[in-house]
Amino acid sequence: MQAAETARTPLFDGPEWTFELMEKARDAIEQIALEDLGLDVYPNQIEIISAEQMLDAYSCVGLPLMYQHWSFGKHFARDETLYRTGRQGLAYEIVINSNPCISYNMEENTMAMQTLVMAHAAFGHNHFFKNNYLFQQWTDAAGIHDYLAFAKNYIAACEQRYGLSAVEEVLDAAHALQSQGVFRYGRPPKPTSEELVAMQKVREGYESSQSVLDIWTDSTLGRDKLEQPEDASFSARRKQMNLPQENLLYFLEKHSPKLEPWQCEILRIVRMLAQYLYPQKQTKVMNEGCATFVHYYIINKLYEQGQITEGAFMEMLHSHTNVVMQPEYDDPRYSGINPYALGFAMMQDIRRICQNPTDEDREWFPDFAGNPDWRGVLRDAWANYRDESFIQQFLSPNLIRKFKLFTLTNDADLPNLVVSQIHNRAGYKAIRRDLAKQYDLAYLEPDIQVTDADLRGDRELKLTHTVRDGIHLDEEDQEEVLKHLRRLWGYGVRLDAVETASEH
Amino acid sequence: MHHFIDRRANPKGKSLGNRQRFLRRARENIKERVDQSVRGKSIQSGSGVPDGGEKVTIPARGLKEPRFFHSSKGGLRRHVLPGNKDFVVGDTIKRPQGGAGQGGRKASEEGDGEDEFSFTLTQEEYLEILFEGLELPDLVEKATVETETIGTRRAGLTTAGTPNNLNLVRTMRNSLGRRIALQRPTTKSQRDLEEQIAELEALDDRTPPQEDFLEALRKKLDGIIRKRKVVGYIDPLDLRYDTFVPEKIRNSRAVVFCLMDVSGSMQEREKDLAKRFFLLLHLFLERCYEHTELVFVRHTHHAQEVDEETFFYARETGGTIVSTALEKMKEIIEERYPPDEWNIYGAQASDGENFGNDSARCKKLLLNDLLPVSQFYAYVEIVDEAAEMLLNNPEAGEDLWQNYREVKAQAQHFEMQRVSQPGHIYPIFREFFLPKVKGAQYAGS
Repeated sequence: MQAAETARTPLFDGPEWTFELMEKARDAIEQIALEDLGLDVYPNQIEIISAEQMLDAYSCVGLPLMYQHWSFGKHFARDETLYRTGRQGLAYEIVINSNPCISYNMEENTMAMQTLVMAHAAFGHNHFFKNNYLFQQWTDAAGIHDYLAFAKNYIAACEQRYGLSAVEEVLDAAHALQSQGVFRYGRPPKPTSEELVAMQKVREGYESSQSVLDIWTDSTLGRDKLEQPEDASFSARRKQMNLPQENLLYFLEKHSPKLEPWQCEILRIVRMLAQYLYPQKQTKVMNEGCATFVHYYIINKLYEQGQITEGAFMEMLHSHTNVVMQPEYDDPRYSGINPYALGFAMMQDIRRICQNPTDEDREWFPDFAGNPDWRGVLRDAWANYRDESFIQQFLSPNLIRKFKLFTLTNDADLPNLVVSQIHNRAGYKAIRRDLAKQYDLAYLEPDIQVTDADLRGDRELKLTHTVRDGIHLDEEDQEEVLKHLRRLWGYGVRLDAVETASEH
Repeated sequence: MHHFIDRRANPKGKSLGNRQRFLRRARENIKERVDQSVRGKSIQSGSGVPDGGEKVTIPARGLKEPRFFHSSKGGLRRHVLPGNKDFVVGDTIKRPQGGAGQGGRKASEEGDGEDEFSFTLTQEEYLEILFEGLELPDLVEKATVETETIGTRRAGLTTAGTPNNLNLVRTMRNSLGRRIALQRPTTKSQRDLEEQIAELEALDDRTPPQEDFLEALRKKLDGIIRKRKVVGYIDPLDLRYDTFVPEKIRNSRAVVFCLMDVSGSMQEREKDLAKRFFLLLHLFLERCYEHTELVFVRHTHHAQEVDEETFFYARETGGTIVSTALEKMKEIIEERYPPDEWNIYGAQASDGENFGNDSARCKKLLLNDLLPVSQFYAYVEIVDEAAEMLLNNPEAGEDLWQNYREVKAQAQHFEMQRVSQPGHIYPIFREFFLPKVKGAQYAGS
């Protein structure tokens, strides 16, 4: 197969791109992506946008349609200033987890960059979105555009009807709780049939008249049942309100004694988007690693086949090298571990372990060391892991040595930081565990749950922060968030910290 | 299935709504900064705000989006870092101050840790915030002064038009491009050839090769002439005309008289305060009128019209006779600014000291001559920093202040205030221009 393809004429020559050339390049990329790598992708919709539009897309968390809010304006203002003063470049691409998969290419890119970006986004990211279990389980790629359009229009209608300030107040509060607005472990309780009907009515009412915001009333939601006599005991409340509840936005939406139906719907919108974006937060290393591995493989293949010129190939490699650079901890450019670098290195390493395993690899990865189907091993990894579990399973001693990783322990009880592990035989397992933990959102984000709210008593909302390893919440911010929470709840809110036995 | 979509032509400014919400949200902070920036600015002959807008830095505090996140202090944490060179297990490192490199807020969303937030306000936004809620006094009267005429505005280039609208630069650029592309022979090449031919023709007896050569040259010349004829120097294709569209022009013009006391008692501090006031007034009027002119008059015991530079920076001392400045203003209005064509504004700054009974004369000049033709007149008295008493008690004051108080009693569009420090300027300026109760008109006008 390779031999027959070696003597092709290049797809393009020179920096200018045209739609014809992009079409040709895309076809060539697709052939390698599907037939060689065996990728499985959503249909692609590739859009060419200008720098300003890229800035727009940036500020709205990368989504093509978004409701309006001042914080997006703030991000736009800052990104624009940074960009105009040359202190920050723009991403070459943005890609959206949707079906069809939309990716944005900038008009300023050269043809070589457009090719690289298509391989990266339209095939690498696209495959990852379509196949990774988190995205499959938690996001609705086909429905997201409709939902975003609904959200945008709904919030605009609320602004019309209730005023900018009233809507802003709810959005500010909802945004403050966004990280606590996702279900981490289990699915939300299934909507009851009444809820489904009510939701349906809200949508329909909204679409037909755009004014029936009040339709989601207590009676359609069956909320009045709460008022029925019941055993007032704590355990009954816990059962009825699904306590403890980690999803604060969900809890407020369902149980706040104060919120109007339209305010609940806004909380719901913010919560739905937080949940939609949650898998992306959990898979930064894997997602970028997958896209980078795919583009690197494809451009090399294109070059081998004579489909791109040496000049174009050098340009792509230059860009690739910049992207996967990992400064060391004492380098002024160091700002944490680069997900592109780590993800790409791990995936290249998996391929190496399949093709040229050492004894060490065989010992550490008996399942796939020497497996001739490295493509299959990678596809399986892309589909079934998230950053934390991926690192825990696939980070090899070889890479730990290559990155010269070490663990620094910061114990407030000790006067100094301590180097607790280095890249030697004794340290591999611990470093791998520590690094994996560094990507575990459940560990990184504070664990705050609603533990009680007696709607028939003092109505105080009780939250519990489970403190791990003696790390408390930032107090200043905590106070601010609690103010927002009180606004949404309407009554007192108490946040208690509970220390768990530390897992040293 | 796949497709490409060209989105570049989509409407831009998708985030305009977000930007407006952001400005609305940050208004208080931005106002504060705009106010500060206006205090530090010097008056310029054009506008006080750069065309590209004004860079504003506001504290991120005001725009904070709080989240629950882990404190960067205390507890036990492990960080995996790349690039170990010679650490061995058990090595200790001093804890960096402020947790640098430890990334204490790793779990948080973007945007933390920044203390300041910089962005650029457009000029329009800047002025809008600066003068938010202010309006010109006597807008009604102003409208009667305005005349509307039909003017024209440039509206790009077309390929057809009248000769007087020919855009020479663009036409010649097209012509040059076409001549180069079609390889039109230059005048010089034709002339060279003609000279050569003339030279040959001048010879009495030509050898046969010379004959042949002459013949060839003639042929070549014919070719050149033909080509120059075919490829014209200017072709109708090259022509570009400016086009104009009619537009209503509102002929509202305003002149601002800046009258400043520069007598011995006015020191740098006093002049600086006066200058800030004039700057604000100028910026504000510039927003409302297409055309604003500034007239600078300075006075000691005699008044003179000066340029801006002299107005603010020249040193001259002498006694004080305030009325000379008012006389000067009256004189200039009569000479150059007929009140039926101009909106006239007066701004006067002084430390309030005046000679003898001149203050009564000032009152007369204002009431009889200046206020009837002015839209608005503001008097700012710059008092000593220690003169707390004067600031709080409008009834107390020197001769000039007392006389002006009488003017104020009779004229609604006359305002007076005292200031003693830069911070006072903007607030009193706002006070001058806050919307007044409607229907309050000067009886004498």
